[in-house]
Amino acid sequence: MAVDADHTSQGRTPQGRIPRGMPAPAGLLERMMSNRHFLGLLFMLPAAALLLLFLTYPLGLGVWLGFTDTRIGRPGIFIGLENFELMWTDTVFWLSVFNTILYTVVASILKFGLGLWLALLLNQHMPFKAFFRAIVLLPWVVPTVLSAIAFWWIYDAQFSIISWALREMGLIEANINFLGDTWNARWSVIAANVWRGIPFVAISLLAGLQTIPQSLYEAATLDGTTPWQRFRYITLPLLTPIIAVVMTFSVLFTFTDFQLIYVLTRGGPINATHLMATLSFQRAIPGGFLGEGAAIATAMIPFLLSAILFSYFGLQRRRWQHGGQD
Amino acid sequence: MTITRRDILLGTAAGVAAGAVMPALRGGAPAFGQTKLNYTPEKGAELRVLRWSAFVKGDEDSWIANTEKFTKETGVKVRIDKESWEDIRPKAAVAANVGSGPDIMFVWFDDPHQYPDKLLDVTDLADYLGKKYGGWYEGPASYAKRDGKFIGLPLATIGNAICYRESWMNEAGFKEFPKDTAGFLELCKALKAKGHPAGFAHGHAVGDGSNFAHWLLWSHGGRLVDENNKVVVNSPETIASLKYAHELYKTYIPGTESWLDVNNNRAFLAGEIGLTANGVSLYYAAKNDPKLQDMAKDIRTTPFPVGPTGVAAELYQITSNIIFKHTKYPNAAKAYLQFMFEEAQMQEWIKQSSAYCCQTLKAFANNPVWTSDPNHVAYAKASDLLRTNGYAGTLGYASAGVMADYVVVDMVAEAATGQRTPEEAAKRAEARANRYYRV
Repeated sequence: MAVDADHTSQGRTPQGRIPRGMPAPAGLLERMMSNRHFLGLLFMLPAAALLLLFLTYPLGLGVWLGFTDTRIGRPGIFIGLENFELMWTDTVFWLSVFNTILYTVVASILKFGLGLWLALLLNQHMPFKAFFRAIVLLPWVVPTVLSAIAFWWIYDAQFSIISWALREMGLIEANINFLGDTWNARWSVIAANVWRGIPFVAISLLAGLQTIPQSLYEAATLDGTTPWQRFRYITLPLLTPIIAVVMTFSVLFTFTDFQLIYVLTRGGPINATHLMATLSFQRAIPGGFLGEGAAIATAMIPFLLSAILFSYFGLQRRRWQHGGQD
Repeated sequence: MTITRRDILLGTAAGVAAGAVMPALRGGAPAFGQTKLNYTPEKGAELRVLRWSAFVKGDEDSWIANTEKFTKETGVKVRIDKESWEDIRPKAAVAANVGSGPDIMFVWFDDPHQYPDKLLDVTDLADYLGKKYGGWYEGPASYAKRDGKFIGLPLATIGNAICYRESWMNEAGFKEFPKDTAGFLELCKALKAKGHPAGFAHGHAVGDGSNFAHWLLWSHGGRLVDENNKVVVNSPETIASLKYAHELYKTYIPGTESWLDVNNNRAFLAGEIGLTANGVSLYYAAKNDPKLQDMAKDIRTTPFPVGPTGVAAELYQITSNIIFKHTKYPNAAKAYLQFMFEEAQMQEWIKQSSAYCCQTLKAFANNPVWTSDPNHVAYAKASDLLRTNGYAGTLGYASAGVMADYVVVDMVAEAATGQRTPEEAAKRAEARANRYYRV
C-alpha cells in the first residue's frame, strides 16, 4: 500500500510506533491533511455537494412528489402508488408512452444512420473541409425554440413552404396537413427532431473517426480488402465506444425532448404528439397537479435507465469492438 | 394602437394641470387625481408587482403611468416586472408556496383558487369598490371569490368575438350577421361556397381553442359538471353540440386541428379565411398595418351566435389581482390596488387598453372606448357574458386541471373532425374529466 510506505518513510516503524528521538507527533489536522484517503474525500466534497444539491436532491424530490398528491399551492401527503394507478388507467398517458417510444426509436435510428453517413462523408478529403464541418453544426447551434418556430412555419397548415412548392410543381392540389393529421404530425415532429439532432451525432462520430490510425486502413488496403470490409472490420469496431456514448446521449435527449413539441403542437392534435415530458409539464404546471406530473416524469426513469444500460452493456462488448463475433 | 408613452404622459400631465386649476377655482379642494385612500401605507413601504406581458401597448403604458401617479401621491415605490402569460401560473404558485417574491400579481382564471390560504383577504376593498362602482360582474367576481370572501380583485375580462369580412358576408347572400347557431351554420356554408371558409382553432390553443369549445358546449345546453361537481358532460345536449361542430367543421379551411392561438390570426389577415373568433387584437393588427387598410375597413366583429338554449354564455379569459399574505406591506398593497381601481385610473386604463380589457365593475361600462369604434361593441359585454370555467361546478383544482388537459377542446376536436363519433367523444371526455373530479 502506497500510504503505508509513505508513512514508513516519514519515520514510523512498520508497526506504526514512533521511535524515540523523533519529533513530537503532528496535530490531528496535520496528520489528516497528509492522509491521502482523507484528502481524496476532501477534494471530492465540492463536486459531491454540487451533485447532491443540484442532481440528487431534485431527482429525489421529483420521485418523492410522484408518491404524493402535491398540487400547486398546496403541499401534499404520501399517497403511495395512487398516482401510478391513475396513470395506469389513463389513455392519454399510454398514448404519450407510445408516442415517446416511437419518437425516440425512429428519430434515434435516423439520426444515427444519417449522422454516421455524414461523418463518413466529412471524413473524406474534400475542398473547404473546415467550412463544411462548421456549417454542419448549424442546426445544433441554433436554439431549439428558434428552429422549432422555423419548423412551425414550414409545417403551417396554410403557409407551409413545402406545400406551396409541391403545389407550384403540380404534385399536390391541397396543402399537406402536416400538424393536423395524427400520423402526419408524428412524422413531422420526428423529422424536425432528426434535423436538429444529426449534427451532434455526425460531429461526435467524426471526432471518433479521426482517432482511427490510417495505418490500419493502409494495411487492410494492401491486403486487398473492399471498402465495405474496411468499414465493417476497422471503422465500425473502433468507433463503437464513441457510438455507445453518442447514442446514449442522443437517446436521452430525444426521450426527454420538450421544446420542439411544445412549440410545434403542444401535444396536439388530440394528444397525438404528446410525449411523456410534455404531458408531465401540462399536468404539473398549467394543470396544477404537481404529484401526477412528477409521477409521469418518474415513469420515464425506467425507460431512460434501460436505454443507458443497453448502450453500456450492449454496445460496449469488447469482443465485438475488436472485430470478433459475439 | 400607436399611442406612445409620451402621449400618455403628455395627456396625464395636461389632465393634472387642468385638475390643479379647476379645484383652485372651486375653492381649494384636493388636487385632481388624488384619491382618498382607505389604507395608510406602512412607512418605507415598497411594492413589487408581477404582471403578464401586455398584448396591447396602451395597457402597459397606462398601467405604468397610473402607478407613477400612485408613487407620486404616496411615496410608495412600486416595481413592475413582466412575465409571459404562460409563466404566470408557475411563478405565482412558487411565490405562494415559498412565501416570498412579488407582493401583488396579475393571475389568470382560477389561479386564486389554487392557493387561497396564501392570499390576503381583500373583501373590505372589494366591497368598497363594488359599492362605489355599481357592483362587480358576477362571472369575474366568482374567479376572485372563495367561501364568500374576496381573495383577489377581478381586474379584466379579455373578450373574444366573431371577426368577419362584411363584403364577403354580403357576397354570400347575408345582409346581417345571423344571431343564432342555425343561421351561423348557413352563413359559414355560404362563405365556404364562395371560397371564404371559416376557421376555428381545434389544436391545443389555450385561449381561442378553449373559448370556442366552451361556447359550443354551453350554447347547446351542455355542461362539464353539475352544481355538485358531478361530471355530466356525456349528455344529449353535449352530443347535439358535437353534431353541430361536425357540420360546422365542413365549412372550415383544412388544418384547423393543428391551430394554436396565433394561426387563425395569420390565416384571417392573409385573407385565407372569411370568419374566425378572436380578441380585438386581430382587428388592431389589420388597422395598424398600412397594407391592410382595406381589410381593416371591411372587418366587423360580433358576439358569438346564441344556441338552442337562447342564452349567451362565454368562457373568455379573466385576469385578477392578488396580494400575497407574505407581503410586508399589506396596507400599501391594498392602497395601491384601491388607487388603480378608482375611476380616474381604471377608466383611463380601460380606455388605453383599446377594448382588449373589459371592465369588471359595472359603473365603468360607460367607458368611451366601447363607442369609439364600432368593432369594440362586441367586446363591451365580456364580463357580463362570462361564465366560469367548470360551469356549473365550483372553481378549484379539478376545473383548472380539466382546462389545462384540454378535455373539452379535445372532445370538440375529436367529434368535429370525425375522428370519433359525438357519442364516443362525449364518453371519452366524461372519463377524462372524472379523473379530475375523482369518481
